[in-house]
Amino acid sequence: MTALSLRDVRKSFGPTEIIRGITLDIAAGERHCIIGPNGAGKTTCFNLISGRFPITSGEILLNGERIDTLPPHKINRKGLSRSFQITSIFHRMSVFENLRCALLWSRGYRYSFWSPLWRQKGLNEAAEALLEELNLASRRDVLAGLLSYAEQRALEIGMTIAGGASVVLLDEPTAGMSNTETDYAMTLIRRVTEGKTLLMVEHDMKVVFDLADAITVMVYGQVIASGPPAAVRANRAVQEAYLGALEG
Amino acid sequence: MKYRWLILALIVVAIALPWCFYDWTHHRQAGFLISMLSQMGMMVILALSYNMLLGQAGLFSLCHATFFGMGGYATIHFLNGAGDGTLPVPMELMPLLAGLSGLGVAILFGSMATKQRATAFAMITLGIGELMATSALMFHHFFGGEGGVTTNRMIDNSLFGLSYASGLQVYYLILAWTVIAAALMYFLTLTPLGRMANATRDNFERAQFIGYDPRMVRFMQFALSGFFAGIGGGLYAITYEIVTYDALASSLSANALLMAYIGGTTVFGGPILGAILITLLQSGVSLLSNSWLVYVGVMFISMVIFAPTGLAGIIKTHGPIRQAGRLRLLVVPYLRLTIPSLGVLLGFVGLVELMSFLTIGAAQGKKLVLFGGPVDVHAALPWAISGICLLVGGVWLRFEAAGFHRVWESLSAEVRR
Ligand SMILES: Nc1ncnc2c1ncn2[C@@H]1O[C@H](COP(=O)(O)OP(=O)(O)OP(=O)(O)O)[C@@H](O)[C@H]1O
Ligand SMILES: [Mg+2]
Repeated sequence: MTALSLRDVRKSFGPTEIIRGITLDIAAGERHCIIGPNGAGKTTCFNLISGRFPITSGEILLNGERIDTLPPHKINRKGLSRSFQITSIFHRMSVFENLRCALLWSRGYRYSFWSPLWRQKGLNEAAEALLEELNLASRRDVLAGLLSYAEQRALEIGMTIAGGASVVLLDEPTAGMSNTETDYAMTLIRRVTEGKTLLMVEHDMKVVFDLADAITVMVYGQVIASGPPAAVRANRAVQEAYLGALEG
Repeated sequence: MKYRWLILALIVVAIALPWCFYDWTHHRQAGFLISMLSQMGMMVILALSYNMLLGQAGLFSLCHATFFGMGGYATIHFLNGAGDGTLPVPMELMPLLAGLSGLGVAILFGSMATKQRATAFAMITLGIGELMATSALMFHHFFGGEGGVTTNRMIDNSLFGLSYASGLQVYYLILAWTVIAAALMYFLTLTPLGRMANATRDNFERAQFIGYDPRMVRFMQFALSGFFAGIGGGLYAITYEIVTYDALASSLSANALLMAYIGGTTVFGGPILGAILITLLQSGVSLLSNSWLVYVGVMFISMVIFAPTGLAGIIKTHGPIRQAGRLRLLVVPYLRLTIPSLGVLLGFVGLVELMSFLTIGAAQGKKLVLFGGPVDVHAALPWAISGICLLVGGVWLRFEAAGFHRVWESLSAEVRR
């Protein structure tokens, strides 16, 4: 089963084409990493898939259904959730409130202005459990904007997976973290994405080859290689364009 | 509810206050006090409902009076209907109808305005406000033109058999509805919509990626805030039995903004504080001075610059220090701030009053009375004293403010540890 597929997706900003025809299939339940040099268009790709920007041409399908014309919130409701490379949280709300908000839609609360949140036992327990899972329980009532960088990154991941999306897109979740923090974050990601489809942009090669079932290498808006880690590692074009430079 | 006792005390005071100033020898109510308290009630509703937009949803609306005013106009017509028997609704429920009128208008305009963000949103609401103010003067059937529309509130239909002939009965009706409206608005902050309004305020974009359409959140928040503003307008119509263009003019929208901001937009109760303070100034200071609006304006500007979280925000920042039992240490620094502040205040008030009497006052043939004595506005001495007060006070205040800042910083650093 293909969870997410891109068919010759292109995106131009003004006269410059940034995504130059990407075709990619991601199997359901797969952990798929995207690597590539800075400015390759990885984040832009995420922005197109999640509906943040409209695509210029091509098709994007989620579980066989076209999503490239939908607004972000509708794509999210279909079970695709994403995180941001630059942390994007509700900074004047507490950590707990951030997580609870991220749970609301998937639990069917919609725009309710008649259900008092303090009475929603299941919802509150789920938010507390998530807080525990993210190791943020001691920061429960702190304003999200006052958290440390690593804590904010953890919250970012938590908000992305809270709604129980079946396809999860993480954009450099461990960037800027220390080694210990990265290890912890990776264990967390592994656990919370169990049984889900994960598409992740990551620069840390150790993390990538540890985690990925499949790897896609993007350079200059195009896919130059895609497949199982061993095959990608052996790929000559990849070694020349990218891995060689990194691994020395 | 942390503030349960404070709220209870506030309500008890509001109930008891008219009786504290009752004239027992002549058996007369204190009319001035009751009309001021009534005004406060309406303004509390207006300011709280405005803060549903500004503070809670980050929406900078400039047409809030539209919903207040429309609630008011509609209520005049409802009361007229009730008076001639075509609308069998008791007085106590009239504010609910007013709220629904406000809601209807807010749904209409909100669907246009909330599609836009930030500046465009503010522009559209400005346009809506002006449009409605002009309409009020043009369409006589509903708005009555410049004279407005009038009614008689003695509709002889009450759940409790009240006639509402006296201002006191109307005041208690206002008080009841103010408490109901405030409680409902507080409840809203604890619902999914209320929380998502905060979320879209903090990060419009992120809300989309957790499944919410932020425009829908804003639209619903806007509509509900119009509902409450409408209730305020209904109470206005019942109190004055006349509604004119003033009730939806942009100056009232600006007032809503002032009250919410000065009181504090980051705390639910902030706008209540702002509404009480501004109404006090409006009814109290305006009796003493022509220039009260100047003072409100200067106060607003100072708040924007020095205390953007408003009065309630200032009080809130003292929380951690109070919990640590260190509030005592701030008494002396505050006293030291007070003296030069008074100097600045006296100097400023002196200059403003002198200036206003040189022009407007002279035209009206009034004599300036400052601090208990008559003052000759053409003599040099009062000008010199005011100027020196302002100048010396200002320099001294800067000095003391720096000292206060140091004490404050070291205290909060200590408390944080
Ligand atoms: N909204 C935009 N408008 C114009 N150009 C953009 C926009 N977003 C991205 N770009 C350009 O697209 C290119 C790819 O950017 P993108 O952020 O997708 O790269 P990336 O692969 O995520 O890089 P990094 O590893 O640094 O995060 C860059 O040259 C960037 O300047
Ligand atoms: Mg990127």
